[in-house]
Amino acid sequence: MASPPFRPPQGRPAPAPGFLRRLDAFARLAFPGFSTGFLMVLAAAPVSLPSPVFAAALPCVFFWSVFRPAAMSPPVIFGLGLLLDLLTLAPLGAGVLVLLAVHGAALRFRRFLARQSFLAVWLAFCGAALVAAALFWGLQALLALRLPPFAPALHAALLSAGLYPAVALVLARAHEAMRHAETAP
Amino acid sequence: MIRLSIPLRQALARLSLPLMIAAAFGVMLLGKADALLAERLRSHLADALSPIYAALAEPMGAVRNLVEEVQDLSQLRQDNAVLREENERLRRWQAAALALESENELLRRQLNFLPEAAPAFVTARVVADGGGTYARAVLLATGPQHAIRKGQVALDERGFVGRVTEVGSRSARVLLATDMNSRIPITLESSRARAIMAGSNGARPRLSHWPEGVMPVEGERIVTSAEAGAFPAGLPVGVVRVSPQGAPEVELFARLDRLDAVRLFDYGLRGILPPESVTRPEPRPGRR
Repeated sequence: MASPPFRPPQGRPAPAPGFLRRLDAFARLAFPGFSTGFLMVLAAAPVSLPSPVFAAALPCVFFWSVFRPAAMSPPVIFGLGLLLDLLTLAPLGAGVLVLLAVHGAALRFRRFLARQSFLAVWLAFCGAALVAAALFWGLQALLALRLPPFAPALHAALLSAGLYPAVALVLARAHEAMRHAETAP
Repeated sequence: MIRLSIPLRQALARLSLPLMIAAAFGVMLLGKADALLAERLRSHLADALSPIYAALAEPMGAVRNLVEEVQDLSQLRQDNAVLREENERLRRWQAAALALESENELLRRQLNFLPEAAPAFVTARVVADGGGTYARAVLLATGPQHAIRKGQVALDERGFVGRVTEVGSRSARVLLATDMNSRIPITLESSRARAIMAGSNGARPRLSHWPEGVMPVEGERIVTSAEAGAFPAGLPVGVVRVSPQGAPEVELFARLDRLDAVRLFDYGLRGILPPESVTRPEPRPGRR
């Protein structure tokens, strides 16, 4: 792009909205949702773990809701929840509501949580995971009109609490890299 | 991208969460209203995801194989130890057997024991059963080069089958032990008592003519007896079974209902006389 020679540049020039840059921005925006969905699909692969789909989805949704809520918007969460319901054999809508509730809670406390240490965030996530698993169980009971066994829900909560540090480690790296890319000229 | 004013965008962002929660309830209602919808969606999703899982199956199978291999290796070590120990034990037994064999040899030499000649045998295929004079008999395909004789003993791989009653140039008929005309001298193995095993055309021949004071016991082994010179002693025949009526019968070792090949042994016994040498009794003068 040729700028007029008589006008000296003031400050940093705005980046050109080229195709690559737009693609880059879109990739950053879409990464949380797609990575979470992919992780859930991987977790649904037949291995001998108790309900790892729920346990894989929860830390991702929580992390992105706290640290990058713009990329983890409610419609994305709605899609992820639908995927969760379809991958597990939960009644339709239960996973959607649970993930939306986690997202809402994380959004509400994100200003407080983002300033805390990792350990505090993890503890908060543990509480959230327990409540979410209980809610998921309750919704399943309500929608199917029979009591499912409680142990799998507890397992899922414990598993997601245990998975959170590993997931958060990787996602924090990705988040840092994205922030770095956004602040770079 | 649609350009929207900033307040409108903020309002939309604030509204989207309640909107989505409402949509979640809507999805719940939809799921309840149309129970098959979830199943259809699940099957579509599974169709779409199956290539991913198929691609994943390869490395996961490799990992699983590796784990199994490691487990197998540890199992192999245990097996090896067990086998080594067993080998040691068997070696001791082998030594014992060799010692016993040499001792036996020595004792035989001292007793001037006459060893029995190993019997010659031919194996013949069973080509037909039934037919002929007898109800329970089989026909064997033999060749002219085999010297089959009347009276030879037929055994299958488990035990006594019967004996040869008719010999042609290319076939031989074996009268089975179950036939009504069959009478086999036998020995009850534990009591050493002699008896006769008489066929009844049923699956189990009966026992008769055992000596007084001895009763055939259920499960007792029965072998042939050398009495009358028709059979060698000690061929395995069967075990005693007491019938529901209380009569002792013999459950044969041989599987007479599925004979496919039998071995014909020539023990060189001439106990069964050829028909021309049998002297018929003189007809008694009728009573008047």
